[in-house]
Amino acid sequence: MPRPTAFHDRTFERCKSLLYKEWAGCYAVCRYDTYHEREYYALRHAATVMDATPLYKYELRGADAARLLSRITVRDFSKFAVGRVAYTTWCDEAGKVLDDGTVTRLDDRHFRLTSAEPSFAWLHRHATGLDITIEDTSRELAALALQGPRSRDVLTNLIGAAATDLRFFRALPTRLGNREILVTRTGYTGDLGYELWVENGGAGELWDAVFEAGRDHGVLPMGLDALDVSRVEAGFVLQGVDYTSARQAWIERQFSTPYELGFDWMVKLEREPFVGQDALRAEHARGPSRRLVGLEVDWEDFEALYDEFGLPPHLETMTCRLGVPLYADGGQIGQATSRTWSPTLKRYLAIGTVRADYARAGTAIEIEVTVEYERRRARATVSKLPFFDPERKKS
Amino acid sequence: MAKPWDAIVVGGGHNGLVCAAYLAKAGRRVLVLERRHVLGGAAVSEEVFPGFTFSVCSYVVSLLRPWIIRELELSRFGLELIPLEASFLPLPDGRSLCRWADPGLTRDEIAAFSKKDADVYSEFGRAMSKMGQFAKPVIDAPAPDPTSLRPGELLKLLRLGRHFQDATPDEIELRLKLFTMSAVDFLDEWFESDVLKAPMSVSGIIGTFLGIRSPGTAYVLLHHYMGEIDGAFRSWGFARGGTGAVSNAIAESARHFGATIRTEAPIERILVENGQARGVLLENGEEIRAKTVVSGCDPRRTFLGFVGADHLPDDFVEGCKRYKYRGSSGKVNLALDALPQFSSRPGDGLHLRGDIAIAPSTDYLERAYDDAKYGDFSRRPYINVVIPSTVDPTVAPPGKHVMSCFVQYAPYDIKEGPSHWPERREAFGDAVVDTLAEYVPNIRELILHRQVLTPWDLEQEFGLSEGNIFHGELSLEQLAFHRPVAGWTRYRTPVQRLWLAGSGAHPGGGVMGTPGALCARTMLDGGAV
Repeated sequence: MPRPTAFHDRTFERCKSLLYKEWAGCYAVCRYDTYHEREYYALRHAATVMDATPLYKYELRGADAARLLSRITVRDFSKFAVGRVAYTTWCDEAGKVLDDGTVTRLDDRHFRLTSAEPSFAWLHRHATGLDITIEDTSRELAALALQGPRSRDVLTNLIGAAATDLRFFRALPTRLGNREILVTRTGYTGDLGYELWVENGGAGELWDAVFEAGRDHGVLPMGLDALDVSRVEAGFVLQGVDYTSARQAWIERQFSTPYELGFDWMVKLEREPFVGQDALRAEHARGPSRRLVGLEVDWEDFEALYDEFGLPPHLETMTCRLGVPLYADGGQIGQATSRTWSPTLKRYLAIGTVRADYARAGTAIEIEVTVEYERRRARATVSKLPFFDPERKKS
Repeated sequence: MAKPWDAIVVGGGHNGLVCAAYLAKAGRRVLVLERRHVLGGAAVSEEVFPGFTFSVCSYVVSLLRPWIIRELELSRFGLELIPLEASFLPLPDGRSLCRWADPGLTRDEIAAFSKKDADVYSEFGRAMSKMGQFAKPVIDAPAPDPTSLRPGELLKLLRLGRHFQDATPDEIELRLKLFTMSAVDFLDEWFESDVLKAPMSVSGIIGTFLGIRSPGTAYVLLHHYMGEIDGAFRSWGFARGGTGAVSNAIAESARHFGATIRTEAPIERILVENGQARGVLLENGEEIRAKTVVSGCDPRRTFLGFVGADHLPDDFVEGCKRYKYRGSSGKVNLALDALPQFSSRPGDGLHLRGDIAIAPSTDYLERAYDDAKYGDFSRRPYINVVIPSTVDPTVAPPGKHVMSCFVQYAPYDIKEGPSHWPERREAFGDAVVDTLAEYVPNIRELILHRQVLTPWDLEQEFGLSEGNIFHGELSLEQLAFHRPVAGWTRYRTPVQRLWLAGSGAHPGGGVMGTPGALCARTMLDGGAV
C-alpha cells in the first residue's frame, strides 16, 4: 500500500474527489475535484501548488560529488557553479537511457539528484574509490511545486524580494520562520515556476504559508492529471510512458538513447570517461534511427472521422497514455505515447517516437484513431517541442 | 499616388480584424481603420479605473469558432480562454441554485427544487446538444440562398434537408417547436420548476427587444448550446485579460500576416464612384484608395451612414431601414474592494467563478419587460453578473475584483427620447445596484468605482446603432437568408467592391468571428480581391 507524504494531511483535507494514485510508493492526488480543468487553468493563469514529494532524492556529499555526477550522467559537472540546477539524463554502458532528473549544487561539497526511479544502488556502484557519501533523502525531504504566472508574486510574499532575482534553473537556500528551505526555479509544467524543498517536519507549515501568501493570487492545489496535460504542452517526456528505462526494457526496440529522446543538447562527449560514452559516441556518429517528436493531429480531419458516424468529436480531457500506431507511406513508422487536448493552444497534441526519416518538423504522417470501435487514421503533422513555451518561463 | 490597398477594412472590431487577418494571410495588402484609440469594437478590454481592467461591453467568449482560433494561430498571439465554472442563481428568499460542470452535483442542486427536473435536466442538455450539432454547419458556412436555383445553392439546401430527413420524428418536432415557440413555452414542456426556466429562458432574449414569452425566442436558446471553446459543446469562458484580448490576438495575427492597422482613424465616408467602392475619406480629410472596402460596422452605419442612400437601390435602403436594432440592454461595470457575499450562499466559493443570474422567476423577467415595453428601463432588471478576476488575476489588483453586469431591459428608445439617456444614466445604475443589494446586502460598501453604459452610450462610444450589441436583433426573421437584407446575405452589397463583414451579416452577433472569416473567404474564393 502506498504511504502518505508529509503533505498528506493538507492534501486530504482538500481532495474532495478522493482520487489518489500511487507515485513512487506514495499517495499522490490525481485531481482535487471531479474534473481537473480548474487546476489546469489555475496553473496557466494564476498559480498552483503540487505535492512533488514522491520524487526520489539523493544527497551527494564530498570532494568528488561533481566527479561522480560527471561520470554517471551525460552532462559535465566539473565546472558547475554553486546555486545552479541542471536537467540531466543517465545511461547504462550501452548508452541506453536509465532515467532523467535534476541536479542541484547546494554548496561546494553538496549536490542533490532527483530521479523517477530508485537510484541508490546504482549511485553506489559507480562511487567506489571516490570521496563521497550518498544519502537517500527520498522519504525525509518534502517537495512542493509552486507553478504558474503568479508563482513569483506568491513566492515574493513568502520569502521577500530575493524571489524576483532567482533566475531560471537556479537555487536559493533561504529560511521560512526557523526552517531552512531550498527554492529552485524548476518545474515540470513549462510555465514560470518554482520547487520548494523542506524537511518533512516543516511540510505542513510550508503548505500553509504558501497558501497564505497566495491568497490574493488565486492559488489552487493541483494534482497529477493537470500536470500531465501541462507537461505534454511543455514537451516533457515521462519515463515509463514516452520511453522505457533500460532497467525495464526487455527487447532491443524498447531501449532508448539520449539522442532518440532529443537530449542531444545535454550530452557532452569529449571529456573524461563517463558511463555509456563509447556507445553514445558511436550513436552520435551514426545518428539515431528514431526520434522523439511532437505531433499535432489535424482537427478537421479528426472531426470528419467522427462526423462519418454522426458524432461530435470526442476526446479524453486528460492526457491519454495509451500508445497508438503512427503511419506514413503505407507502413507503421512509430507510435504516439502521450496524447492530450491542449486547452491553451486549442490543438490536439501528442508526443511520440518516429523513424528518423520522418522526424523533421512539418512532415505529414497519420495517427490511428478509434471511433465506435472501428480503426481509422487521421492526418497529423510532426512538430517541434515544446508546443507551449511562454516568455514568462525564463523571464 | 500611393499604391492602392487590396482592401480597406472599416472598423477594428473582432470581425473586421478577423476578415483582415484572413485577407492578409492570403497575401493581400490590407489596411484596418479603427475610429477609437483601442481595437476590438465591442470586444474590448479597457483599464477603466487604475488597476481595474474591464471587458467593457462583451464579457464572455464561447462562440469564437475553434477553426478560426487554429487558422489564425490565436493562441500563439496571446489568446487564452478560461472556462466558467458554474451558473449561479441566487433567490431573494435565501435559497439558491448552482449548476456545475459536474452533472452529479447539478442534479443534487436541482433535486432540492424538483426531483423530476433533476432527471430531465440532463435529457434536455442532450437534446439541445444534438440540435446544436445540427445547427453547426449552418453557422460555419455562408447562409444558403433559398431563392436560387444554382446547383451549389441547391446542394447546400439539399444537405440541410438531409439533416432534417435523417432526424427522427421526435427530433423534427423538437426543431419545429424551437423555431416557433417562445422560450418559456418551450421550457415549460420540459421543466416544472421556475428556478430552471427563468435563468434558462433569458438566453432567448439577450440583445433583443422581446420578452421570454414572445414567440420565436426559443430558437435563440440554441445559441447557448452551440458555444464550444474546447471542441465540447456548451462551454463559456473568459479571455485572459478580458474580451479585448481576443481582439488583440486577432490583431497580432493580422499584423503577423502583414496587415496594417491604424487606430484613431475615423472615416467620414466610403468613396463610391460609378456604383463601385473605391476607398475611404477620413474625417481628417485624408483619402485612401483601395480595390475593395470591407465594413465591419453594422448595416445602418455602413449603408445609411458611410455610403449614403443615394448610392443604393431604393428597396435595399428600405430593407436597411426595416432591419431592427432596438437595443435593449446596458452594462454596469463595478470595481470591488472584495468579493461580494451573497446572502443565499455566503463565502468566496466556486459559485462566484461562473455567471450569476439575477432572474429569480419567469414573472420577474416578464415584469422587467413590461417596464421596457412602455419606454422605461426595468426597475428590477435581469442581470447577468460575472467576476472574471476570480479566475484571471491580471484584471484587478490582488484581493480586489471586477464585476461585470449585463443588464436587460434598458430600451434605447426611452420615453423621453434616446438622447435623454445621459440624464437617466445614474438612475439606471442605481436600479442595478439596488437590485444587486437584494442579493448582496453589502454591495454598496464594496463598490470602489462604477461605470454605467446605457444603449445610448453603446451607440455613441462603440458605434452600435441603437445600442444593439449584435448589429441588429438576433430574431428569427433577421437570421440566415434574411441577414441583413433578403437577397444580400453573402457579404456582398449593392455597391460593387463593398463588403459587409460585421455581425450584421450571417451568422450574426456574439464574439464568433464567423462573419469576418466567411466574408474574407467569399471574397477570396470569388477572386474579388
